[in-house]
Amino acid sequence: MPSLGADMEAATLVEWLVRPGDTVARGDVVAVVETQKGAIEVEVFEAGTVAELIAVPGQTLPVGAPMARLAAPGGADDRAAPPAPPPAAPTAPALPPAPPPRAEPPEAQGATGAQGAPEAQGGPGAPMAAGTQRGPGAQMAPPAQEAPDARTAPGVQGEAGAQGAAPAAAAPRDMPASPAARARAAAAGVELAAVAGTGPGGAVLLADVERQAATTARPPRRTGPDMAEMRRAIAAAMTRANREIPHFYLSHRIDLQAAADWLAAENARRTPDRRLLIGALLVRATVRALAAVPELNGRFEDDAFMPSAAVHCGVAVALRGGGLVAPAILDAQDCTLDAIMAAMRDLVTRTRAGRLRTSELTRGTITVSSLGEGGVDALLGVIHPPQVALVGFGTPRPQPMVRDGAVVARLAVTVTLAADHRVSDGRRGATFLSRIDHLLQEPETA
Amino acid sequence: MTPTEIRTAVLDDLTAIAPDLDAATLDDADRLQDDLGLDSMDFLNLVAALHRRFGLPIPEQDYPRLVTLGGAVAYVEDALSG
Repeated sequence: MPSLGADMEAATLVEWLVRPGDTVARGDVVAVVETQKGAIEVEVFEAGTVAELIAVPGQTLPVGAPMARLAAPGGADDRAAPPAPPPAAPTAPALPPAPPPRAEPPEAQGATGAQGAPEAQGGPGAPMAAGTQRGPGAQMAPPAQEAPDARTAPGVQGEAGAQGAAPAAAAPRDMPASPAARARAAAAGVELAAVAGTGPGGAVLLADVERQAATTARPPRRTGPDMAEMRRAIAAAMTRANREIPHFYLSHRIDLQAAADWLAAENARRTPDRRLLIGALLVRATVRALAAVPELNGRFEDDAFMPSAAVHCGVAVALRGGGLVAPAILDAQDCTLDAIMAAMRDLVTRTRAGRLRTSELTRGTITVSSLGEGGVDALLGVIHPPQVALVGFGTPRPQPMVRDGAVVARLAVTVTLAADHRVSDGRRGATFLSRIDHLLQEPETA
Repeated sequence: MTPTEIRTAVLDDLTAIAPDLDAATLDDADRLQDDLGLDSMDFLNLVAALHRRFGLPIPEQDYPRLVTLGGAVAYVEDALSG
């Protein structure tokens, strides 16, 4: 079970998308797991043949627990597919309910392990040598020494074990469903595979589950991750951020009129499916500005900062019903404005549908959080560990600005930077925000 | 298309974007962003879906007419009959 972010300790297997004997390539989606952030598609980080499915649908596994065994492409050696040895899970029942795990959750190490960037070569995150050469991102699970919260493992597994006897045979194929539908189905004990979906591509919607639940009377199996759990997970990550990261903050008001005017003219020429949002311009400017201040882009792990050549730009997406998730636009430095817009549209759509992928949740090197329309002036963020910067955009609105010595009303946005004093300082942060400002005055170059 | 058919079609597109919404409980006076929680990306996706379905250009200056669910239905009706 890979760590899917700085705030995850366990997840529940929803379904396998592969069977024993299937050949998988690196990056293939092999399973869907339910987390506090909805259903997530799990990608495999090594090529091979599925030898054995260990986890059964419905089972809750702590981060680091093996989900399946993968045979190497040559067929020689078997390895656990997320190739880390199971951390503390087997001994969990013997452990006292110790307090430290809350204070030291495994997310940082798990995120290290999942990082696919070339520089993530060794460290404690590199799980096994295994004779075969592994890709740069081969580590998928956290190392053994960081025990995940043992309290999350027992109990739930007992139930799950009783539920699924023949995982391989019973494994449903890809069953698209909304997060709300999944939660309701789990609560009502409804098998998603038995529900006729009426959503896009046959996706199961909340109403479909309700219809099915009304006709099927079965005791609830267990409740899905609820909002309280999500808030607790977010709190754990943010507590860690505030404890470990010496934050400093900068704020700057940017005249957005030129960008908005350019955008309106551009969108007037475009059909709705190709239109741009101002948010895409803000992300694009942020990504470009990082070239001037690279120390804000990367990850701080194992007492060292690793700058990243690639900008995997996390974009905070508010979840309907509360909470948020920040999947990353991978390699955003190579994306045109249109590509950034398409990626943001895709991320929001898949967030709503519960179809984010592990790589998007684990490889971020910086995060942008925008309040969008109808919000307030500024957002002062908390850095998402192990990243070292978070850029916040308030709601663009007309503000008095001085132009050529006179006060005029201009569309303006307040951008803030929360940055890590271990790797940067106010002067460099100011250079970064000024660079964003400068780029937004020349939207035609975006 | 009858107004009822148009409303059903708009609701289909809306619930595809926000799968947690229950079409049966929505009111024409509901504001898409303020009441139903669509963000700017969701709203743009709805406009794009209506564009695809009805072949309407829906320029940005018409967005204020699509603030509520009922407004969006009326806008499509007007555009199709005009």
